[in-house]
Amino acid sequence: MTDDATAVDVALIARGISKSFPGVKALDNVSLAVRRGRLHALLGENGAGKSTLMNILAGVFPPDSGEITLEGERVAFRNTREAREAGIAIIFQELNLIPHLSVAQNIFLGREPLTAAGLIDDARMNREATEWLRRLKLEVDPRRQVATLRIGQQQVVEIAKALSLKARVIIMDEPTSAITDQEVKVLHGIIQQLKADGVAIIYITHKLDELPIIADEFTVMRDGRYVGSQETKAATHDDIVRMMVGRDLSEMFSRTPTEPRDEVLRVEGLYLDHPERAGDFAVRDVSFYLRRGEVLGIFGLMGAGRTELLETLFGLHPKRARGKIAVEGKAAWFSSAREAIDAGVALAPEDRKREGLVLSLSVAANTSLACIGKTERMGLLDAGREAELADGYVKRLRTKTPSVHQLARNLSGGNQQKVVLAKWLATEPKVLLLDEPTRGVDINAKKEIYALMDELVASGLGVVLVSSELPEILAVADRILVMSEGRKTAEFSRAEANEENIMRAALPKD
Amino acid sequence: MNPKSREFLVKFQSVAALLLMVIALSLAPQISGTFFSQENALNVLRQISVNLCLSIGMTLVILSGGIDLSVGSVLAFSGAVAAGLLKNGIVIPAFGAALQFTVFGAIVAGLVVGAFLGWFNGWVITRFKLPPFVATLGMLSIARGLTQLWTKGFPITGLGPQFGFIGTGHLLGLPMPVWISAVLVVIFVIVTRKTRLGRYLYAIGGNERAALLSGLNLNGIKLAVYALGGALAGIAGLLLTARLDSATPNAGIGYELDSIAAVVIGGTSLSGGRGSVLGTVLGCLIIGVLNNGLVLLEVSPFWQQVIKGFVILAAVALDKMHAKE
Repeated sequence: MTDDATAVDVALIARGISKSFPGVKALDNVSLAVRRGRLHALLGENGAGKSTLMNILAGVFPPDSGEITLEGERVAFRNTREAREAGIAIIFQELNLIPHLSVAQNIFLGREPLTAAGLIDDARMNREATEWLRRLKLEVDPRRQVATLRIGQQQVVEIAKALSLKARVIIMDEPTSAITDQEVKVLHGIIQQLKADGVAIIYITHKLDELPIIADEFTVMRDGRYVGSQETKAATHDDIVRMMVGRDLSEMFSRTPTEPRDEVLRVEGLYLDHPERAGDFAVRDVSFYLRRGEVLGIFGLMGAGRTELLETLFGLHPKRARGKIAVEGKAAWFSSAREAIDAGVALAPEDRKREGLVLSLSVAANTSLACIGKTERMGLLDAGREAELADGYVKRLRTKTPSVHQLARNLSGGNQQKVVLAKWLATEPKVLLLDEPTRGVDINAKKEIYALMDELVASGLGVVLVSSELPEILAVADRILVMSEGRKTAEFSRAEANEENIMRAALPKD
Repeated sequence: MNPKSREFLVKFQSVAALLLMVIALSLAPQISGTFFSQENALNVLRQISVNLCLSIGMTLVILSGGIDLSVGSVLAFSGAVAAGLLKNGIVIPAFGAALQFTVFGAIVAGLVVGAFLGWFNGWVITRFKLPPFVATLGMLSIARGLTQLWTKGFPITGLGPQFGFIGTGHLLGLPMPVWISAVLVVIFVIVTRKTRLGRYLYAIGGNERAALLSGLNLNGIKLAVYALGGALAGIAGLLLTARLDSATPNAGIGYELDSIAAVVIGGTSLSGGRGSVLGTVLGCLIIGVLNNGLVLLEVSPFWQQVIKGFVILAAVALDKMHAKE
């Protein structure tokens, strides 16, 4: 915490915040002080605990211990509404707008102005919304449906909503991760204006280049702990990186050099129709190959079509997709996940809670789900065999669970991810598609997942790794494919790739 | 809490409720003699057997994350078809002759009709992506209408002792409906715990998207589970028809609610993915003992309904409290 944390212009202080989830300590004695009219950047790798801290400040859940002071008063929010009423607004990365309502309806959701008769006063609502939008220089009709706006514009709507709520502290969670350069400039302009108006901003970002432009000070977190805070002016780029990583990435991850072998997957001219916009594509003319014993990294910003690409390869969009796929030289076109699995393709999806696991089933049942035939004896499931299968993977992946009968729900993020991986390894795949496999897992689990990938690749598997973490993809991938707006925009060998040329290829062209 | 102890607690909760009720009834001197007689015990078991058949099917459907509101109507139509075929056969206009059915043939026909209507539910749900609530609400009306048409609005009675045996007969001192529902319980305990289909029901009900990504054939599994639910409703219809020696057009009205109540009291989550057939057996027993006790205590049927409603609310509220942990 900076020394002048007790100064009069402090808007918000969090002291000694700790929070545990089953199996993982997400925050350990973290402190943060934010001043009026300043932007305080919160830095750290994925899994460092930034989001947990923000969720606590915004009242999503309470801390296990620690105290929060807002404008000199102790506060303890029981829900987000209380936090909002106290003047703390959070703008999540996944924006929290209702797509089919209008801009004005979203801004005034839950506190619509009423006429004397008790009906919603649309005229006044639209008028006031226009006023807020004008201040933020967003020229859209307040009656327009939010779903028709670009992500960057939707973000501004969220900011307008926060301002109209008279927020004194605005938390922004990676607001620039999914918007164009042009929109970033607009956002930075808005931020300067907010600061001039005395709003305190907490800003989570991975883009260190932004800091000199907007941030007055920053705090670094690592593995759920507070590392340090500094004035932005006083710190160099390297200082910050060192604080964030705390160790060389090469220490965390070392690839055993492998010689790529024969081709295991070839994709040619893959198209996927956009689910809503006719004539548009979510994946557009993507071609690549993958050899045994190599990791192909796929990088792209939100909405670049990475996940859609993997899903298409896995047979999830048979009606909307076309193109050519070959597995081990044999032409293949999957019209269901089952067919893909049977052909030796496995997909560990991005969102393990929503897509990867059945949380209400045990570790053992999740492990056997995609290859349940292996646990059958005379047509009936054999609990012994199933436990044996699952236990083998628990040991191999060092999954921390009291037993294979534990419900998946009760495992920590990293261990849940290991169960997802176990499920797919149990199908004995030739091609493993990994969508953000280390998102939201702690540093040790991350290390173990990298080690496992290394082992799998060495044993002849082909791995496709989709990641939005540049350092990760640079460290792990043999070749890197970059996507933007559904297209493949570049492909680099490990030697050619660097943060700059990857990022340049990933940004949408307007 | 680990799953074993959780499961135990949920079961224990139902067992405890059952015990409490039995104890409460034993403290009512005016009825305890009657209540604890062997005759009364068999009576309770026989009374719950129809609901038990329905509720086993309902458990499967609810485990998969669905619901089946049509079981009462499907029960009525299956029973009526069996009764009608047995009594009158079927007239095939092309030959101008009536095709007569044996008891066995009529039973099979009743089952097939139940399974088909259930399959149709599944087909509508998977093909048109209708919510199960809506799809089976439609079937609730369709099957009831078909029953009225088939019976022309009058009960079909006089079905003969052979058919009547499955409803009123005894084997080794136990009523046939008790045997039949007991065998179904054993079969479906095994199906839910020991077969792919059972595991897949839990998986789909727990997380449909994850199940899809794990290569499960969601449509096939849903068709199977609704068809099974329909077939079990068909069996319930046959038992009821045989016991009353009459297939009435209004049979089974409101039974879907008793069956959902039994499933829920038995600790199965209405949102799917969690629960068991054995829990449902306990749920049926609780409802059965409650009904029986209240009747013996000469509580007015109107109050019985009120009390049953509160029992359902209490069961679900308790379940929610556990789920939060």
